[in-house]
Amino acid sequence: MRESAIPLAALKQHIALLEGHAHARVDRLFTVGAEAIDVKLGGGLAQGRLHELVTDTRENGASAAGFALMLAMRAAPAGLPLLWLRQEADEKGGRLHAPGFAEIGLDPARLILAVAPDSRTLFKAAGDSLRCAGLGAVVIEPGRDGRRNDLTISRRLALAAEQSGVTPFLLRIDAAHEPSAAQTRWTVKAAPSAALAANAPGLPAIDIILLRHRGGPDGLAWRVEWNRDQLSFREAPLSGAVLPFSADRTPASGRHAA
Amino acid sequence: MRLVAVDPAALALGLTPGLPLADARASVPDLAVFDHDPGADQRLIEWLADGCELYSPMVAIDAPDGLLIDITGCDHLFGGEADLADDGERRLRRIGLTVRAALGYSPEAAHALARFQTLPAPDEGTAVKRLSVAALEVEAEIETGLRRAGLKTVADLASRPSALLAARFGKSTVDRLDRLLGRSDSRITPRRPLPALVVERRFAEPIGHIETALAVLAELAGEAAGQLGERNAGGRCFVARFFRSDGAVREIMVETGLPSRDPAMLERLFRERVEMLADPIDPGFGFDMIRLGVVRVEPLAADQLKLEGGAVAEAEVAKLIDRLSIRLGRNRVCRFAPQDSHIPEQAALALPAINGAAPVPWDKPASGEPPLRPIHLFDPPQPIDVMAEVPDGPPRQFRWRRERHEVARFEGPERIAAEWWKLPPGKQRLTRDYYRIEDVRGRRFWIFRHGLYDRERADPAWYLHGLFA
Repeated sequence: MRESAIPLAALKQHIALLEGHAHARVDRLFTVGAEAIDVKLGGGLAQGRLHELVTDTRENGASAAGFALMLAMRAAPAGLPLLWLRQEADEKGGRLHAPGFAEIGLDPARLILAVAPDSRTLFKAAGDSLRCAGLGAVVIEPGRDGRRNDLTISRRLALAAEQSGVTPFLLRIDAAHEPSAAQTRWTVKAAPSAALAANAPGLPAIDIILLRHRGGPDGLAWRVEWNRDQLSFREAPLSGAVLPFSADRTPASGRHAA
Repeated sequence: MRLVAVDPAALALGLTPGLPLADARASVPDLAVFDHDPGADQRLIEWLADGCELYSPMVAIDAPDGLLIDITGCDHLFGGEADLADDGERRLRRIGLTVRAALGYSPEAAHALARFQTLPAPDEGTAVKRLSVAALEVEAEIETGLRRAGLKTVADLASRPSALLAARFGKSTVDRLDRLLGRSDSRITPRRPLPALVVERRFAEPIGHIETALAVLAELAGEAAGQLGERNAGGRCFVARFFRSDGAVREIMVETGLPSRDPAMLERLFRERVEMLADPIDPGFGFDMIRLGVVRVEPLAADQLKLEGGAVAEAEVAKLIDRLSIRLGRNRVCRFAPQDSHIPEQAALALPAINGAAPVPWDKPASGEPPLRPIHLFDPPQPIDVMAEVPDGPPRQFRWRRERHEVARFEGPERIAAEWWKLPPGKQRLTRDYYRIEDVRGRRFWIFRHGLYDRERADPAWYLHGLFA
């Protein structure tokens, strides 16, 4: 086994060269801030790779949008602007509220919102945006007509992101789980927060499940809490009790290792 | 009802504008009458004015039925003044208009010659002097006074000392006379402000392919970029105008967030704009001329690469915003500026991102607090059914989108009063009591009671205004 590993790596490098990557790149990672999660993820999530966030119901849309924003803030280099692409129909349903973004920790001056009339225009704009290395991160939120995942589209986005290093987050609210070219796929759900004094709702808490992770462990679930002051996640106190999956799958045993 | 305008045939029958319709019908029973539509007249004259910019960028509408074109320095392109006038007359006749063209050294002279000249004259000065005093277009009494005094033509007035004329017929009569004779300087005010820089290309034969037209536009962009470079300036707003041979003009505008003089980028922006047009450019019988105007010019130093690379990233983003603004519309790519208002839906103002970053910084929220404002805001707020233990207390459960939510945690109320100082006196808006709510499944909502119980409303309504992450 040990001998065969080396030619395999060489082959991979050769294929990468054929595909046009001048140098086989090592992903730069960004951490989520909660140490236990970062360790499980193998150091963090890859910058310049497509990350997909899915919710199955509309009710969890705000939590998913919040998670996308939080991850985007972790991924974006300091000070670089964040582009949020939405569709007009969604903007009518519930507008992005800039003061709410400030409350999550993003200076709204860093936010650029672009509203597309349909999903075709949206994905075209997303492709162009991902080629712009001056952006920190891009959140792509397709509307109802773009919820069906198109493998070609997600591959195109992933490729554009790889070249520029801008991290795209594909936010699919009220959508089904379908194959895509994403590096990671998460499902997001609102979770009860740790109450503050007088039983007031506390810091944003969400249940996240890592459904798929290319070249890494998947099937992991956490309950996390977002700390705005440190701009980082931390595991919510109740996390251990709600793990529905085994958290011990290693890269070697995963079917996505190759 | 009266006649507003008549055609030459009706005029020959003795009908004049201002005649009551009943009288006109009595003398000409089969008269064809149409409703007066000033709006359509205005649209027509504006359309014609656009087309006449083919001759000169300085075109003004001489209401209600005239166009004034300043052709100073433009006539040689058409082989002289007379040929230019002929060309204009021919084009306008072709679309079925009756045209009287006249050339004059002042706008007033041209205006009067086009309307009042009856006798041919060897030169303009003589022609103006041979005009009747009606050409002064003074009030009817003054005109009658002039005629009674035996002053029938402009020449009669021109030879008299103006002080005497002013004493008897008023200063305005003398002013008009001076302008008509070119004694005082007068200019036209063009309909459009002149662009800071104009480059144009005229074609001997109309070009009928949009691709060719765009290629010409790219050349023009290169020319404009060169001239901007000499001035150490860049453009923020570029307008391309396509003059079709049948008189229609199509205008396409692109804007950039930062001053620019990069021809390749301009070409890309124009192409993008043309592709995104709802009704594509129709070359018809071809374009006679393409003109590119740089409307806004701002200083732009020669390109210099920054060592730290920060400016490069900023410029990249500015370019992206330009492209997205053109493709999606300038109001659909926005940045947010804080507003000094407590009313949640007015707390942020979306500004077109192409105008640059918002000038006002945002306040940082206090540390240690959970988010107090939602990430999604409903505008207008969505009505919900709420059950509360007491009418002025917090909600216990509520129904939204046909689903029941049990309240597990809440905080509130946060009372937000209406901005009474902005309302007209006597008018009242309701106070809102906001609650941060978390239901048993962990979803966080922002709901409010509209109106204070018992004081403002007997039965206040509840609304869901936003969703927290």
